Amino acid sequence: METDPVFFTDRSGRITSNPLLDQLPSYQSLLYRRKSSASSNKRRNSSRGRLGSSSSGKWGMSTFTRPLEKQKSQVTEQQPIRELAKPMAEKRRDKTQRLEEAQELSNWRQWRRSSRRYLRRLKDDTQEWLSSMKLWRGDIHLIEGMFGTGILSYFSFLRFLVVLNLIIFLIKFIFVMFPIIVAPYASGNITYNLNDAGVCSVYPSSARRGLVIFHEHITDLLSGGGFLEQTYLFYGFYKVDKIHFTNVTYNLALAYLLSTIAYLSLSLIWIVKRSARGFKRNLVQDEDRFQSFCNKIFAGWDFCITNENAARLKRSSLLYELRTDLEEERIKQKIADRTRKDKCRIYLIRLILNLFVIGVLAGCFYSIYIATVFSQEAQMTKVNFIVDLIYEYLPSIVITVANFITPLLFSVIINYEDYSPAFEIRFTLMRCVFMRLTSIAVLLFSLWSQITNCEKECVCGYNHLLYSCWETRVGQEMYKLTIFDFITIVAVTIFVEFPRKLLVKHCDCGLAKWWGQQEFAIPQNVLEIVYGQTICWIGTFFCPMLPAICTIKYFFIFYIKKVSLIKNCRPATRPFRASSSNFFFLGVLLIGLALACLPVTVSVAQINCSHACGPFVNFNTSWEVLPTTVSQLPSGAQNLLFALSSEAFAVSFFVVTCLAMFYVIALAGAHKRVINQLREQLAMEGRDKRFLIQKLCQAQRLSPVRSPVSKSQPRRGSRSSPSYHTSFSSNFNEGVFLAHSPPDSSTHV
Amino acid sequence: MGTTASQLDKDLLSEYQELTFLTKQEILLAHKRFSELLSKDERNFENTRVSMERILTLPELKSNPFRERICHVFSTSDQKNGSLTFEDFLDLLSAFSDSATLEIKSHYAFRIFDFDDDGTLDCGDLEKLVNCLTGETDDTRLTTDEMRQLINNILEESDIDKDGTVNLSEFQHVISRSPDFVSSFKIVL
Repeated sequence: METDPVFFTDRSGRITSNPLLDQLPSYQSLLYRRKSSASSNKRRNSSRGRLGSSSSGKWGMSTFTRPLEKQKSQVTEQQPIRELAKPMAEKRRDKTQRLEEAQELSNWRQWRRSSRRYLRRLKDDTQEWLSSMKLWRGDIHLIEGMFGTGILSYFSFLRFLVVLNLIIFLIKFIFVMFPIIVAPYASGNITYNLNDAGVCSVYPSSARRGLVIFHEHITDLLSGGGFLEQTYLFYGFYKVDKIHFTNVTYNLALAYLLSTIAYLSLSLIWIVKRSARGFKRNLVQDEDRFQSFCNKIFAGWDFCITNENAARLKRSSLLYELRTDLEEERIKQKIADRTRKDKCRIYLIRLILNLFVIGVLAGCFYSIYIATVFSQEAQMTKVNFIVDLIYEYLPSIVITVANFITPLLFSVIINYEDYSPAFEIRFTLMRCVFMRLTSIAVLLFSLWSQITNCEKECVCGYNHLLYSCWETRVGQEMYKLTIFDFITIVAVTIFVEFPRKLLVKHCDCGLAKWWGQQEFAIPQNVLEIVYGQTICWIGTFFCPMLPAICTIKYFFIFYIKKVSLIKNCRPATRPFRASSSNFFFLGVLLIGLALACLPVTVSVAQINCSHACGPFVNFNTSWEVLPTTVSQLPSGAQNLLFALSSEAFAVSFFVVTCLAMFYVIALAGAHKRVINQLREQLAMEGRDKRFLIQKLCQAQRLSPVRSPVSKSQPRRGSRSSPSYHTSFSSNFNEGVFLAHSPPDSSTHV
Repeated sequence: MGTTASQLDKDLLSEYQELTFLTKQEILLAHKRFSELLSKDERNFENTRVSMERILTLPELKSNPFRERICHVFSTSDQKNGSLTFEDFLDLLSAFSDSATLEIKSHYAFRIFDFDDDGTLDCGDLEKLVNCLTGETDDTRLTTDEMRQLINNILEESDIDKDGTVNLSEFQHVISRSPDFVSSFKIVL
């Protein structure tokens, strides 16, 4: 017999129903939804027949017909057909039905409907075109199929950074470099910065004279000195003050400063926008579990995996993750049971280990400082080619070595600190992030101390004897860091990962088995590229072509990592979820951006800009160009700008923002309370309903109702004879199910 | 209505575009892949039904632990044997596409996870679900204690009316708060 989608048959195949329970409002509304959708004739007949059999059924129906029907037709008008969960044939029928209904509407409504449909189709086409323009679609699809969504998020993050760097470079190019290049062709008159009288504006040329040996070119290329120093690459070249075109004067100094502010704000806005999608969902959860079990089970399988091997690995990693999480729950219980003595001991151990970690970090930072100072001093004297190069790259080498050793140290130490597994991972990661990003800060700080360190009083505000153009020197350091970072990544891939794979594959000794195949550790890889991006953000002010170099660098890193992943690596044992990884990546990137803003702000506002080179020769600090320009504006605009930057405006803006924030927090708290109350109410209502239905069934059994289908009722003793109405967990003999809406029907209420 | 020998005609293509979430390229690609599953003489018939075994040879479905459930859910055959026509196949791809709404995805996910087709996810369904995820052999399953602990945790998080089962509304509620669902519930040819 046909399976009725509304009534579920019991094991013997008989449809059981209860005439009294058929009148329940929830059941009636369900029947309505079933009836008014374009179901097949057979079903329509049978359901009508059923309704006809219950005597008071018709009455029960009519009171509910009209409002529900109206609601239903309103709903279906707004909702596009493809959002209904039905098979294609039914959707087609719905569409023809809607077209028929549309004929009855007024012209205005018809036009509105068709225009809405047209706009929707246009939007779909534009989205399709945009997504076909995305870089590396095929490669990412392949990686997704082989490794799942966790590793995929790393590669899409890399793609995001390539595009971001490209846009930053375009901003710098259009506003700073392009006017200079185009000025001779557009009949522009360039005014250069006048030489200030005095010793500060002496800029000895560093170009090599005479016969230049070939390896000196290589040194220059790798260190940014020599022939590269006086090119578009570095700040010092942009000695232009203003460019006078026929109608307009282009203030290059102002453009340089504003483009710096522009690219930092653009990066901030874009990152926040990208992370807003993930944040919303994370913040709405009101559980203290960061990863819920439901998320792991219901969204645990990546349906995009096409590789059999990857599927097997995914299964084992899911098993490992579930086991670890279940164990973590047990550990939490154990932690709660700790005695006082245990707690003291553990806190003492943690204190000692944290002091040790701080000591190690201090040691690393001090060695970076010493290396930077030594490198700066050693650059004055030339020994020979190789040693010179090593002295130039000494800070980078020290930073890289420190960043290699400290994660290993941290992961060993964390085992003794006795935290829960999830917290261990997060804490180690935080320590590594701190280490990476602070090492850049220490490098810059040591550079700054060198620059402002004069024997006597600093005449120009900086040490003009050693650093006639200090911004270019800082730019060169950033350039060296970028190059060295790239070389390190390539070298590690070629000289460590490939041999490791060969060793593990062909050699059967114990060492190979213990070392094992390379795991693609997402956190470490992400920290690497965030480190590179932070350097790029800092360095763009001093070296305007650095974003272009970074774009090319990340472009090559994508292919290198992809090849390394496919050939050498196996997926990590503990899976990295896509959602939490987006949260982590963008969070670390924001920290990097905040860190990058600091040195740029200090350089722009605090340190005197060099008087021998660059666009800001006529000003004391780079920031001064803004107030000077503002004072040349018409007085109306000046007053407005002064008002906006006055204290009164700032304080009132701050107060208004605080009020808005408090209001929103209070609202969220109130909603949470209401949600909890409603949950309790729902559970209570469910229990009431089950109780009443149980009593009703008992009462019906004692005095059976005469109705054609009720003959089957006395035999309903089997535990699992289902009918629509209520569900019991398995305590009662009438095992029936509460299905709010059976899955075949449209779910939209 | 159906598919002619090797091409879809334009009206049919635009109709499919309207009724599903797929783009034109995706529909054409789906048509190509579906035709590869058919034998030469089957291609000339309209609305041919492809058996489940042949559908499961597609690489996108072959390694998926839920492949049989997927075929059963999207199949419109009267014999309930999981066979799919081309339109069923398009429905499948539409529900799993990038632009499908969360509601559609969660609706179909519920039906896929409901192994006994009774409209709710009870302990038996959840246990089969976890076993599919971790593997079918004995050494890859969770122990009974672990399974019980896991199912208790899941029900605690998702069962709002405390009836011991997860119905569709509760499932959709918990999915709307799950950040990974949209990115993992995706099949692209």
